[in-house]
Amino acid sequence: MPLVPVAWLGDHVTLPDGLTAEQLAADLVRVGLEEEAVHTGEVTGPVVVGRVLDVTPEPQKNGKTINWCHVDVGEDAPRGVVCGAHNFDAGDWVVVALPGAVLPGGFEIAARKTYGHVSDGMICSVRELGIGDDHTGILVLTRAGFDAADLTLGADALALLGLDEQVLEINVTPDRGYCFSMRGVAREYALSTGAPFTDRGLPTPAQREPVSGGFGVDLADEAPIDGVPGCDRFVAQVVRGVAADAVSPAWMRRRLVQAGMRPLGLAVDVTNYVMLDLGQPLHAYDLASVAEPIVVRRAAPGERLVTLDGQDRALDPEDLLICDSPVGRRGARAIGLAGVMGGKESGTADATVDLLVEAAHFDPVSIARTARRHRLSSEAAKRFERGVDTDLQRVAVAMVVDLLTTYGGGVADQAATDVCRPAVPEPVALDLSFPARLVGVPYTADQVRETLTAIGCQVGPGDEHVSVTVPTWRPDLTQPEDLVEEVARIRGYDQIPSVVPSAVPGSGLTRSQRVRRAVAGTLAADGLVEVLSYPFVGAEALDAMGLAGDDPRRHAVRLANPLSDTQPLMRTNLLATLLDTVRRNVARGNADVAVFELGLISRPRAGAPSAPVLVGGRRPDAATLATVRDAVPDQPRHVAAVLTGLRELSGWWGAGRATEATDAIEVALRVAAVVGASLEPVADAVAPWHPGRCAALRTRDGRVVGHAGELHPQVVAAFDLPARAAAFELDLDALTAAAGTEPVQARPVSSFPVAKEDLAFVVDASVPASRVEEVIREAAGELAEDVRLFDVYVGAQVPEGTRSLAFAVRLRAADRTLTADDTTAVRTQVVAAMAERFGARLRA
Amino acid sequence: MPTPSPLDADAIATVVADAAAAFTGAADLTALKEARTAHLGDKSPLALANRAIGGLDKADKAAAGKIVGQARQSLNQAYADRAAVLEAERDARVLVDEAIDVTLPAQRHALGARHPLETLSERIADVFVAMGWEIAEGPEIEAEWFNFDALNFGQDHPARGMQDTFFVAGERDERSGLVLRTHTSPVQARSLLDRDLPFYLACPGKVFRTDALDATHTPVFHQVEGLAVDKGLTMAHLRGTLDHFAKAMFGSEARTRLRPSFFPFTEPSAEMDLWFPQKKGGPGWIEWGGCGMVNPNVLRSAGVDPSVYSGFAFGMGIERTLMLRNAIADMRDMVEGDVRFSTQFQAVS
Repeated sequence: MPLVPVAWLGDHVTLPDGLTAEQLAADLVRVGLEEEAVHTGEVTGPVVVGRVLDVTPEPQKNGKTINWCHVDVGEDAPRGVVCGAHNFDAGDWVVVALPGAVLPGGFEIAARKTYGHVSDGMICSVRELGIGDDHTGILVLTRAGFDAADLTLGADALALLGLDEQVLEINVTPDRGYCFSMRGVAREYALSTGAPFTDRGLPTPAQREPVSGGFGVDLADEAPIDGVPGCDRFVAQVVRGVAADAVSPAWMRRRLVQAGMRPLGLAVDVTNYVMLDLGQPLHAYDLASVAEPIVVRRAAPGERLVTLDGQDRALDPEDLLICDSPVGRRGARAIGLAGVMGGKESGTADATVDLLVEAAHFDPVSIARTARRHRLSSEAAKRFERGVDTDLQRVAVAMVVDLLTTYGGGVADQAATDVCRPAVPEPVALDLSFPARLVGVPYTADQVRETLTAIGCQVGPGDEHVSVTVPTWRPDLTQPEDLVEEVARIRGYDQIPSVVPSAVPGSGLTRSQRVRRAVAGTLAADGLVEVLSYPFVGAEALDAMGLAGDDPRRHAVRLANPLSDTQPLMRTNLLATLLDTVRRNVARGNADVAVFELGLISRPRAGAPSAPVLVGGRRPDAATLATVRDAVPDQPRHVAAVLTGLRELSGWWGAGRATEATDAIEVALRVAAVVGASLEPVADAVAPWHPGRCAALRTRDGRVVGHAGELHPQVVAAFDLPARAAAFELDLDALTAAAGTEPVQARPVSSFPVAKEDLAFVVDASVPASRVEEVIREAAGELAEDVRLFDVYVGAQVPEGTRSLAFAVRLRAADRTLTADDTTAVRTQVVAAMAERFGARLRA
Repeated sequence: MPTPSPLDADAIATVVADAAAAFTGAADLTALKEARTAHLGDKSPLALANRAIGGLDKADKAAAGKIVGQARQSLNQAYADRAAVLEAERDARVLVDEAIDVTLPAQRHALGARHPLETLSERIADVFVAMGWEIAEGPEIEAEWFNFDALNFGQDHPARGMQDTFFVAGERDERSGLVLRTHTSPVQARSLLDRDLPFYLACPGKVFRTDALDATHTPVFHQVEGLAVDKGLTMAHLRGTLDHFAKAMFGSEARTRLRPSFFPFTEPSAEMDLWFPQKKGGPGWIEWGGCGMVNPNVLRSAGVDPSVYSGFAFGMGIERTLMLRNAIADMRDMVEGDVRFSTQFQAVS
């Protein structure tokens, strides 16, 4: 995000003396520019101006020659310094880092012995000071734009080079591209503080006059995106005879460095400088290598371009290109990705003397797409995709020309090019009372008018309904609400009062929301810990669960850009991720884990349509909307739990009790009870459960809404769990739907005494206990208050292939004390029914 | 011991005194029982004296009966008194003997716990429900239209690129038009389409961004979204709602501050800061989330007329709130599912 050297802002707005970056940040945040950081120079300690007194070359055994120098830094005696560079002589003014200084990268300077001398400091290069990339050697001040007459021995070189100045880094929201410039930030500072602001980005009357005869430019976009031409303004100007070896002045290099750019050479530095200052991206071509005319067009299929960064890029037909016309072939050669990055061939080289300067305006959408497509977030693209002032191009080119001729000695051609076809933005119709109505602050019409004028709008006549022409640098202001925000933010969000609105009366949480809370509360009360696992899974987890190749739970929503290539799928069941959570707990030394999770799972629907691409801002028709909804996969809410180790803990009272299949079934049935659904466990064999210890949980109407039981030993092994771990998973939405919504109809509580009957039957071992219980209940009729299996016996006392099931039956009548005859009658009915249904006999 | 004469009041008084002394001297219930046999039993002097009444002259019988009867009554009382004392002592001793070490560990069942993010979400929901709001929900795998376009994030809007989005692959590599929702805001669009106006809704839920997990980032996190659409709603109502919410959550000292910002789905937009009295290292402002007046394009996307209705919306991260409130230094503790994390949060907060 943009770096704002505090002093630079002063070119555009009057700053108070001693303005700190912190105060500037506080002033800017009020109008919406957030501070990201405050930077001060990376160079600290004594770094001073010095003059080389003598240079003695000393050849070394390793073949290098070092220079033993004496440097006057304004002290009583000169300092001896060893230096490896050779681009300076006795008498040159240089920058000397004295012992105690710290250079970029934490490089600490100390007096040290080297090559047989004590080197008492360092003569610095541009690179060592962090202000440039120049490899050629020592920074000689008189060659870098400083006049020897202005230099003082021993003076602080950090101040001289601007390395001691504060720089504020701000965060600019995407709607305010104009704040990617000193001009824009200065305007905001002025709006926040009332400081006098001079807009240096407005064209002079002369700059509004038409020009002609310049370098030929042809805007030839034959495939505008959404009807918006890729380029609607192209200003070009030839500057001849710029000294090829011209260096940028020190102040400019300093500001470029402060703003985070590397000084490279006059032409590039000037275009960068003007971009940072005004916000207009620019390009300087080597005139000799550009063949007239320039054509701005979309890329042809299969076309390629090597950009300045050396990348050979395959272009997309939607990419907008700057092209030239070699050997008369109009627009045949691409020389730049418009508004994003120039081509390698046409860039300015060290020998360039004649330049073609370009300042254009491009469609933000086109630039954004190209930048995204080529993953090229250049300084130019950052500005164009957020919107550049459509009236800034002539001003920017004039400033470039001025700087080039001043510091490079060039001369601009009289003729110039300005192909200008920008769409005129529609004025915004504003009701002057609207800001007050939307913000809740009683702004007067005059206040609204005044604020909008201050941000650069032209407000038409009228007391109520007015037409507002927004400034060319604010393409984000398109609707009345945008203007309301301007009024509110400039006048201060702190003016907004705090008023609690009266909501329409609601009806509280939905049943599903209440169910969830009750289920989670029940599970936690039952000793289970709630966890939230990530929904990302891979085939590995599904394999470890033992899912068959055609298991529907393998058909998952797949991410195009997963965080991990091994987990590209969205979970189709909660256990897929919950088991891994348990594995982590066990690996961390906790063998007795009971966890649960409530969360969404997803299952792609076969034949579901892709969600159509639609624009916002208008309601799609019913059919389209239905397609959008249909494209979204079903995402039912599930609840699952895994229990390992001891269900009841061991302790001084004795051994604990290990988890078993029925623990998972019990907890699942408890969940169902809370939801209000009655579930029946039936034997099933489904992964990841033990095929002989797995219960399908069935609703009254026979729908299976989940499973519970012991996990398959291979699954237990695959997830490194303690043996005999158990688990359940339920479709909570299906369970909730299966539950009755009618209020419970209470039965009266009988105060008559209970009669107890114990009955044990020898039954074929294959008969499920639940079926036996059901038959007993049915036969016992309405007197049966409770039927409870209290013993299961298999062994010598019953025939092989059978088992004895003993039930305690509690009988009670609502209206009388039961007699012996009553209980005998029930007993007889139950015995008869058991004999009839299962051939079971009462055990003696 | 010779049988005392039932007419000899002094002799009987001596018998009574001896017996009373024996009862009082009995150290426990066994000794008392023996003393009773000796002094009130069939062969006791008093019983013998009683029996001797039969051999007395008719004229003396009444006097003798009175003397012996009073003596018996007195002794029975003495016995009962002593028995009551000794029984009470015995009962008390049993309770002493049955004492246990109450400091023995009492936990026979593992401790369960809710996840603090979930309980915090529920607490937030309760605050809004108390204001009359309802709690809305939506899918986590969402159509791009709901996540972006309907919220005024155009296809090429730079803000669309600011949110690091998980995209869903198409069945055969084509685009699916689906994403993992990057915010809870698509519920805004769904609610505007599906519900009758006016409405006041909060929506807590899970959201996704392509950030790798580290101490301060998680690809899966939680937000709570608020949306009110009614006639005549202003930014003052937004601010009032946020202030009330902040106070309900963090106490009467809490308050909010708005800073101008930008979100495609609100205009005007603001960042909201929370004055957080419990902030570690002293009270201070923390960034809490974004908010603003619903952009008319969002209303139009759902067919709602922005000249009739206005609305405000806000969204804030729940993890951040929890971390600040409960001194959680590392995001990973919240997401790894280690039971040692959640079991710290047993108490109602």
